[in-house]
Amino acid sequence: MSLNRREMLAAGAATALGGLPRARAQGGQVIRLGVLTDMSGPYRDTTGPGSVVLTQQAVQDFGSRGFQVEVLQADHQNKPDVGANIARQWFDQGIDAVVDLPTSSVALAVNQIAREKNKVHLNSGAATSDLTGAQCSPNTVHWTYDTYMLAKSTGAAIVKTGGDSWFFITADYAFGHALERDTSNFVRSAGGRVLGNVRYPFPATTDFSAFLLQAQASRAKVLGFANASTDTVNCIKGAREFGLQRSMKFAALLMGIVDVKSLGLEAGQGLNLTEAFYWDLNDRTRALTERVRAKNEGRPPAMVPAGCYGAVLHYLKAVADMGVPAAKASGVEAVNRMKAMPADDDAFGASTIRPDGRCIHPAYLFEVKAPGESRNPWDLYKLAATTPGEEAFRPLAEGGCPLVRS
Amino acid sequence: MDDIFGIPAPLLFGQLLLGLINGAFYAMLSLGLAVIFGLLNIVNMAHGAQFMMGAFCAWMLLAWAGIGYWWALILSPIIIGFTGIVLEKLFISKLYKLDHLYGLLLTFGLALIIEGVFRNEFGSSGLPYRIPPELSGAWDLGFMFMPIYRGWVVVAALILCLATWLIIEKTRLGAYLRAATENAALVQAFGVNVPRMVTLTYGFGVALAAIGGVLAAPIYSVNPQMGSNLIIVVFAVVVIGGMGSILGSILTGFALGIVEGLTKVFWPEASATVIFVIMAIVLLARPAGLFGRA
Repeated sequence: MSLNRREMLAAGAATALGGLPRARAQGGQVIRLGVLTDMSGPYRDTTGPGSVVLTQQAVQDFGSRGFQVEVLQADHQNKPDVGANIARQWFDQGIDAVVDLPTSSVALAVNQIAREKNKVHLNSGAATSDLTGAQCSPNTVHWTYDTYMLAKSTGAAIVKTGGDSWFFITADYAFGHALERDTSNFVRSAGGRVLGNVRYPFPATTDFSAFLLQAQASRAKVLGFANASTDTVNCIKGAREFGLQRSMKFAALLMGIVDVKSLGLEAGQGLNLTEAFYWDLNDRTRALTERVRAKNEGRPPAMVPAGCYGAVLHYLKAVADMGVPAAKASGVEAVNRMKAMPADDDAFGASTIRPDGRCIHPAYLFEVKAPGESRNPWDLYKLAATTPGEEAFRPLAEGGCPLVRS
Repeated sequence: MDDIFGIPAPLLFGQLLLGLINGAFYAMLSLGLAVIFGLLNIVNMAHGAQFMMGAFCAWMLLAWAGIGYWWALILSPIIIGFTGIVLEKLFISKLYKLDHLYGLLLTFGLALIIEGVFRNEFGSSGLPYRIPPELSGAWDLGFMFMPIYRGWVVVAALILCLATWLIIEKTRLGAYLRAATENAALVQAFGVNVPRMVTLTYGFGVALAAIGGVLAAPIYSVNPQMGSNLIIVVFAVVVIGGMGSILGSILTGFALGIVEGLTKVFWPEASATVIFVIMAIVLLARPAGLFGRA
């Protein structure tokens, strides 16, 4: 197929070079979205290609309302400098909004640039609640989740069921510390106690058994994992092996459907975790899943890609409402319009965006099913509790966002 | 029970045992590295990737062919060892006349490519692999709850290490190998096919990494990065033991596992660093390593 390859290369070059001028010829009636995500690192499976697919789905579901939408993608490799460079280049080339931005450090870097260039930052993948707190920006919408929401939903729910003494196994860096701190606060304010913690070197740790044994010796009722992805999976696998489930309940503070799949139901059953989206939640989420499944390597969407869907769809509605030229002219105005309009989509249902950029929707506490309860390969969760949007996120006044004071 | 340095004795015993289990992995991996370096003079940076391939091979055998753990323990090292032989024939054999640095760079590059390909194919989040039913469950030792599977890992590692050491130090084949490292031309003059022997040795070293991978699959998440986290520590183990010393790498592997385990109790934040501190001290005091010949 060497002939075809050559043709494809030529066609690719033509599209790359021809894309921008052609759009200008149509009087600027093109909105350009850039999905900036982790395509090759540890968060690839929870964000990455899935976020691109769901962004494209949002564009498709939005339909054509007098303007075109183009979707570009790039890999930020979880490096703030790489992400910042791509974003800067994109904005200079006429990208109107960056989408997804997992990895908090990259998100915070791009947050500054979007503000400086007056473009739009639709964040789904980053965990840090600083995006709508001290570092909030009038150009940013933080759609899906944050550390505060995870800590509150999972932490408070477990204390309520009698888990009033905790031990933490924490990744020794900013994210782990923040998650442990936020969860400890909820545990204490709900009347519980924190009996101890251990902070392990990240990412140089593969075996957690020594820490698990210390957790067991603390005689705490709950073992909180303030870490993410493979580390959490290895912790839980180890904890089961050493029989910790006989005396302790596990709280995986940041865990998603992809991690549960990787852990397997055998080892994961009974775990509590929090997500803002699950494909099998209701008829609308199931309908969305059916639409994207084939494009998403046969998998249902995970939470972060679903957040890209919701944020992009709402942004496009705001653009249609205010007109393409106005939306392209000012990122702040586009975000203001998003905040002024109620949002509604298949992934999150009805939601609103607060002045600090926080998108408000319910948080769901799930319990991982036992192997016998699961009816299909992705039937992994049962809904345990729902926290209404107004309670799920940090109160507006407590975040320290300068936009709120003014 | 009494406290030792402020730590309850049962907890300390438990940590010693865990250290031994981690030491088993260090010993198995550093053994393969030592064999390859000792006989080929190649610093095999692809060892972590080959460990990972061993684990993935076990997963593929189970998921795609329904072949379980025990057969994987035999088949995976054979398959991955064979890929090692192909690598040696195609690339590594071209480098024996050059400086160590070229072998290091080549194998490091290969490791990056292999990990990238696996990440593209299988994603980054890992795949589940169950503990075989014969080895699931745990013994209650009184001072700790000991998973049977981890006990099996220590036994398997000890058998492997001992067998490798016996082959290299006590058999005629081992004598040929050792002689070939001293003076390849002379051994060839006696009618021994040295290049083939070297190729097979590389395959054997890679197979050792693959067995480590199969043993690790039920304990850790099977993911493309699983080897790259381990390999740096294992290199430190090899350096402390003395590059190329078979017995040295085995003993140091187990010993450093225990040291690391104890550090996790007294100062967890330093547990990733302690091995490198020891490495620095050993290099200052005995540059050839604890068991190396200067």
